[in-house]
Amino acid sequence: MKLPIYMDNHATTPVDPRVFQAMTPYFTDTFGNAASRNHSFGWVAEDAVEKGRKQVADLIGANSKEIVFTSGATESNNLALKGVAEMYAEKGNHIITAATEHKAILDTCKRLEKSGIKVTYLPVETNGLVDLDKLRAAMTDKTILVSIMYANNEIGVLQPVAEISKIAKERGALFHTDATQAVGKVPVDVIKDGIDLASISAHKMYGPKGVGALYVRRRNPRVQLTAQMDGGGHERGMRSGTLNVPGIVGLGEACAIAKAEMAEEIKRMAYLRDKLKDRLLASLDETYINGTMEHRLPNNLNISFAYVEGESLLMGINEIAVSSGSACTSATLEPSYVLKALGAGDDLAHSSIRFGLGRFNTEEEVDYVAAKVIDVVQKLRELSPLYEMHKEGIDLTKVQWTAH
Amino acid sequence: MAYSDKVLDHYNNPRNVGSFDKKDPNVGTGMVGAPECGDVMKLQVKVNPATGIIEDAKFKTFGCGSAIASSSLATEWLRGKTVDEALAIKNTDIVNELSLPPVKIHCSVLAEDAIKAAIDDYKKKSENVESQTKAHA
Repeated sequence: MKLPIYMDNHATTPVDPRVFQAMTPYFTDTFGNAASRNHSFGWVAEDAVEKGRKQVADLIGANSKEIVFTSGATESNNLALKGVAEMYAEKGNHIITAATEHKAILDTCKRLEKSGIKVTYLPVETNGLVDLDKLRAAMTDKTILVSIMYANNEIGVLQPVAEISKIAKERGALFHTDATQAVGKVPVDVIKDGIDLASISAHKMYGPKGVGALYVRRRNPRVQLTAQMDGGGHERGMRSGTLNVPGIVGLGEACAIAKAEMAEEIKRMAYLRDKLKDRLLASLDETYINGTMEHRLPNNLNISFAYVEGESLLMGINEIAVSSGSACTSATLEPSYVLKALGAGDDLAHSSIRFGLGRFNTEEEVDYVAAKVIDVVQKLRELSPLYEMHKEGIDLTKVQWTAH
Repeated sequence: MAYSDKVLDHYNNPRNVGSFDKKDPNVGTGMVGAPECGDVMKLQVKVNPATGIIEDAKFKTFGCGSAIASSSLATEWLRGKTVDEALAIKNTDIVNELSLPPVKIHCSVLAEDAIKAAIDDYKKKSENVESQTKAHA
């Protein structure tokens, strides 16, 4: 076993060697511009792009023509929200999303608010899921779009997208989902799930960084978008810019592998994740899982170790790459807004660790990580005045703390 | 973020971890910070009432590595100092000794606050003891 161990696969994943191999010729030998219509270099590139397009479409039950390539999920989210808001401005000016969305959605919504769009940020329940009745109540005749993520990037919970899309449709609104964490990890089917627009990223599913896609439904209904970038009118006018041919080949290959291996991979991820969870919970008291285990990505575990601060925990397990919802690790000095939205309380948000398992993690690594985390949490609790007070039976919520 | 060697050393081998009996009249306890802010420090001093010298100091800290190191270092510095010398310890001394980056200066401020709170607590207790002794006399 090699150190450090990478267990932060919600941040990014390594490129699968098979994906990398498929990409390599498109950098040097077959380097053509897919938009070059009058020579073989262009034709070869175009064929590669169309193959990639079909591979992406096949993974999510879509038609090739419904796939628009982008630079990644952030661009896809921007294009979906801004493109719909602009295109359907005459129909309405209201968008519904959730408080636990990725910043690529939340910040885009904030921008849209400045240009007169009304945005409703639905709260989530303590399990991390959107309450469908609250969604129903938030819908108005002016609602043009509901955008709810498929799987959360911090706590891995899977939103009830099929039910959400039904509610959106009943009121004539479109349904967009940021499916960045879900595509390639769990079955996503744009027909069954009633998705009108879906954002996809390659580097979260063992593909390269800098490439992604937006699924845009062509039938029932035919979704239209106002392009957000001007140029040569590539991608049916929705996204100008020379196509990233090697990236698209990589995304396509990553999708093909995911489709072929998903059933097995889900089982393996769930086994490893559950082993990690069970060992941590068996050895440590006052340890809480954030978000429902029932509807969750098989490779995600987000757990709070009460009375232990997240950054000090990361420091103790520094040969394990995971991420913390704690203040000090993030640039913003704020604890995770996702955990706060679950009502976890700032203290538990500061104590949280996100484990993101991936295709290349081994059982030996999981055993090592479990043992190491248990050891460091125990050591830090020996150091923790809060754990001591808890053991003395003091209710920490009743203590008068000195703010600083 | 890279930690300085001294922060790592205190984190890996924290000095003087533990607790004294809060009710001991010679013990001063300072507890500063708040769980929702991500750091809480408990710092205790045990003072020899005859000499006014801090004979022992202990800490427990919930917080990042820099907060743990700041309080661990504080206990080292407190031992052997008089109460008044202890009050002269400044957060900037801790920043310099541990090479704390700007985002971690609040950890050193917290440690200074903890020292002051512990000494305050000790002083209040000893004043009470004195006044009680006088009342009995």
